[in-house]
Amino acid sequence: MSTADRDTTPFRPYAPGTQPPNDAPSYRSTGKRHPGAALVALPHTVTERQGPRFDPRRFPPLLDLSTACGGKALGERIIVSGRVTDEDGRAVARTMIEIWQANASGRYDHPGDQHDAPLDPAFHGAGRVFTDDEGWYQFTTIKPGSYPWRNHHNAWRPNHIHYSYFGPGFATRLITQMYFPGDPLLELDPIFLSIPDRTARERLIARFDLETTAPEWALGYRFDVVLRGRGATPMEG
Amino acid sequence: MAAATASQTIGPYWHLLEDKSWADLTRFGAVGERIVVEGRMRDGDDAPVTDACVEIWQTSPEAEDFPGFGRCATDAEGWFRFTTLKPGPVGGNGNALQAPHLALTIFARGIMIGLRSRIYFAGEALNATDPLLCAIEDAERRASLIAEATVPGVWRRDIRLQGGVAGAPETVFLDL
Ligand SMILES: [Fe+3]
Repeated sequence: MSTADRDTTPFRPYAPGTQPPNDAPSYRSTGKRHPGAALVALPHTVTERQGPRFDPRRFPPLLDLSTACGGKALGERIIVSGRVTDEDGRAVARTMIEIWQANASGRYDHPGDQHDAPLDPAFHGAGRVFTDDEGWYQFTTIKPGSYPWRNHHNAWRPNHIHYSYFGPGFATRLITQMYFPGDPLLELDPIFLSIPDRTARERLIARFDLETTAPEWALGYRFDVVLRGRGATPMEG
Repeated sequence: MAAATASQTIGPYWHLLEDKSWADLTRFGAVGERIVVEGRMRDGDDAPVTDACVEIWQTSPEAEDFPGFGRCATDAEGWFRFTTLKPGPVGGNGNALQAPHLALTIFARGIMIGLRSRIYFAGEALNATDPLLCAIEDAERRASLIAEATVPGVWRRDIRLQGGVAGAPETVFLDL
């Protein structure tokens, strides 16, 4: 079996309890947006086994969100790094990662965000990185602030960075959020808590990393991500 | 070995990533039969879904400078619109042949894990033998996967996240 672009082995099903359900009543917006009927099982075909490739020459990396608008963004500068692997521990090499987040005050540079916290003209909040041959990535940003949302009375999102991953196939596409250690809002957050399995949930919390902390400059955080692995045998045919 | 990382909602502010040119899969100069694929997305209350991220992926046709992948935001009335190349038949598992289709993923606020579906094209002879279409017995639900031509070259496939008022059937979503 090869791990080349044209690998046609299907991907493994998600492990039970590790993914949130789309019907998650404590997160109010799911109410009218989750399917009522059971999902129809689709054995992976070539459509799901292959996926888009992004060439950094056409999709240029943006590795430092803290200086991307000229000048220095306000807030606590941080370095986030980690490794993307599959469920067998194999590196997911040269895959594109998209990042977006609120500024240090907890405000998104987005017309829909009307939270009464200041915008920072030096911070937009979108980035793009590629993993290297061993699956490693790194970028620099500022720590995003918490922000209120109207899900329930006095609801605040924990500090988080949004992530988008592609991986080797259409079936490995992943959108998730990275959280920060020690955040008291985590145990109150319906989005975080929607993941049934505690271990799976806690893997979304980055860990402080002294090794990548840059002296006199920025704290380091480590966030590793696992994408679905190829199944041992094709499901059919 | 660790299981795959958990999904979380894309939330309402993903447009920070948006590059509107991504909705045109022919922007790098790919040559072929150019089509528009559009539709309107609604929720279980029949309200338009105005903050969704719609992504398509197609392995066919194989054309030079054709990314096969597109992304489009729904607008203030719930519409999404792609320009792409008309796909051809795609090999299936075993000896099966799949009818021309686009793979579809929908991310949005209130969706915890991307909703997967497909867009097929009305009038294709292979629709009658496509393994997925044949697996859906209910004709109305099967039709929810098939785009209709509104004018030549423009295909429409509406999306209903949840069945409910107004009688329109819920779109078939897939467990990949
Ligand atoms: Fe957010």
